[in-house]
Amino acid sequence: MSFHLQREQQFKELEDFIDSVPEKTSSLITVLHKAQEIFGYLPEDVQKFVAVKLDQPIAEVNGVVTFYSYFTETPTGKHIINVCMGTACFVKGSAEILDEFERKLNIKVGETTPDGKYTLQVLRCVGACGLAPVVTVDDRVYGHFTKQMVGKTLEEYN
Amino acid sequence: MSLVTVTINDKKLQVEEGTSILEAAKSANIYIPTLCHMNLHGGVEHNPGSCRVCVVEIEGRKNLAPSCNTMVAEGMVINTNSIRAITSRRTVVELLLSDHPQDCLLCEKNMHCELQALAADMGIREMKYKGEMSTFPKDFSSASIERNLDKCILCRRCVTACGKIQTVSVLSAVNRGFHTIISPAFGLPMVDTNCTFCGQCVSVCPTGALTQVNNTTKVWEALNHKDKFVIVQTAPAVRAALGECFGDTSGKAVTGKMVAALRAMGFDKVFDTDFAADLTIMEEAAELIDRMNNGGRLPMLTSCCPAWINYFEHEFKDMLDVPSSCKSPQQMFGAIAKNYYAKKMNLNPENMVVVSVMPCLAKKYEASREEMKNDVDIVISTRELAKMIKEAGISFHSLPNEEFDSFLGESTGASVLFGVTGGVMEAALRTAYEWITGEGLENVEFSMIRGLDGIREATVQIKDREVKAAIANGLGNARILLNKIRNGEADYQIIEIMACPGGCINGGGQPYLRGDYEVLKRRAGALYEEDQNKPIRKSHENPAIIKLYEEFLDKPNSEIAHHLLHTQYFYKEIS
Repeated sequence: MSFHLQREQQFKELEDFIDSVPEKTSSLITVLHKAQEIFGYLPEDVQKFVAVKLDQPIAEVNGVVTFYSYFTETPTGKHIINVCMGTACFVKGSAEILDEFERKLNIKVGETTPDGKYTLQVLRCVGACGLAPVVTVDDRVYGHFTKQMVGKTLEEYN
Repeated sequence: MSLVTVTINDKKLQVEEGTSILEAAKSANIYIPTLCHMNLHGGVEHNPGSCRVCVVEIEGRKNLAPSCNTMVAEGMVINTNSIRAITSRRTVVELLLSDHPQDCLLCEKNMHCELQALAADMGIREMKYKGEMSTFPKDFSSASIERNLDKCILCRRCVTACGKIQTVSVLSAVNRGFHTIISPAFGLPMVDTNCTFCGQCVSVCPTGALTQVNNTTKVWEALNHKDKFVIVQTAPAVRAALGECFGDTSGKAVTGKMVAALRAMGFDKVFDTDFAADLTIMEEAAELIDRMNNGGRLPMLTSCCPAWINYFEHEFKDMLDVPSSCKSPQQMFGAIAKNYYAKKMNLNPENMVVVSVMPCLAKKYEASREEMKNDVDIVISTRELAKMIKEAGISFHSLPNEEFDSFLGESTGASVLFGVTGGVMEAALRTAYEWITGEGLENVEFSMIRGLDGIREATVQIKDREVKAAIANGLGNARILLNKIRNGEADYQIIEIMACPGGCINGGGQPYLRGDYEVLKRRAGALYEEDQNKPIRKSHENPAIIKLYEEFLDKPNSEIAHHLLHTQYFYKEIS
């Protein structure tokens, strides 16, 4: 599928979603979530599209996008790795795990590998402190993570 | 509304339920310092409670409360000056200063900065906290407004003025925490946004974060250039407010002293934009009658306000044929000065410098527009003029009242009304009435269209014809009117729009109002008084204008008039 065609379909999907939202004025965050799910990130044209469809100022939309760390304006990799830096996980050594991911992937936190496969991020607490330290890859949660598990986990998504 | 009894600083008072502590205290002549809070036009109160400068102590409450957005309750006992409140307030200001460039001496807002004033009132003598300082890029992209966000205290007054009052919504808080910045989307420079340059953000900014582009040096250079013939024009609203910069709050226009000051500064000729306002009426009234008689596009909208022009060029591309094609008086003045006056006085237009003193920041942008950039060379605001007068060591109050130079300084009472909302309409009606009916107009005052309400409408009987007129001031109100026209819900023939609430008297280049809208009434009153005192009050009776048509322009909307005095509008895609 051409890039152009895929893009068109993505916008169509977003438009259908926005049309299905009953209350436009208060649904900005819901719509941005959906948009990021569809596009993987929130580039300028997507933010403008959302602003026009919801009849909200683009400055306001951009303000919300940049306020929440969940939203990103730069393309992310196919798989998003999150290392929990919440108190429990940190105490249990998540900083070391993050170092290992950075070393293995040869990127810094917040960056994406040049092949577009992985994005490395940190987050604060997924509410599974009993499993600390926790790492998530996309929607999957890995508990009792160790430095030694980094290589094997990456292979799973290769 | 029921009343509640509260005690503030041991004073018992009754106030209406729903009143903020700040307002309640004010009614007892107790003034609590504020910073982010501001009363904006049209009753919009900006009270995010984000700066915490206005905190007070309430008996029985653990935390101090921001008085601007905490409402009074029955039996509340409030202490605005408890040691805890005073200490907290001071700490708040000290923390704000810890991330603020300490260059007050070099700041455009020096002596006009609310943060500086607070620090002075609180007697702050040392920088208690040292930490990281913001270093945001500065935005010098536009001809009108400069942004220096290192000086921003995140009060968001500009966001409210731009979003709620003007509904342009260029500015928003972007990013979070220490990295928060008030910015257009995607960090775009102002010039690449749908900013209209109305300058209302500058009017409300408490610090030097948003300021006008200062052109005073350019004016001094021109005045000191021996080969240049430097002339100046002053817009009607300037005379209504300039006195305030010298402590004059009498509500009287300072026209005569202003002229004397400009002459003392060294301008070769001191002229009046009012002359060009009369000219605008000639062209605009003729265009209106032509549209009405020949099935042209109605309603016709006035086109004197450059911020309003920017606004519809950005957002109403389907209506570009609605505004009058007339240039604004500022631009007409420049065109006539360089093409007619120059010839008459045997001057080389190349050696002429046309300076405008405007109540407006968008006028700076307007003068730089590609299609008419040769008309006016330098634009300064009322505030800049006041600074220059002070810099020149001119004692404003001891100046005599002097007259404008002939003949680009001759004007009527109609033209001086251009400075206040409804004034262009009133001036146009005075002329249109006489042209349509062929009869003299007895009472020239159209009191039904006066006032400062955001939207006003009236039906004016012109002989057997009913002319439906509407007036909007403030771009939010303009949007309401424009949407009515767009949806076919309005059958007005003529509409006047001024971008700033109240019109040019409240322009982005005027002395700061600081939320006191009573000042606007005084400024409007000054202009109405000047109109009343003029011997001639209808634009088409201005002898200098009559002569201009006889000698040069032939008649309104003639070919040469079109070439020099009319313009066109372009759709600008906004980002």
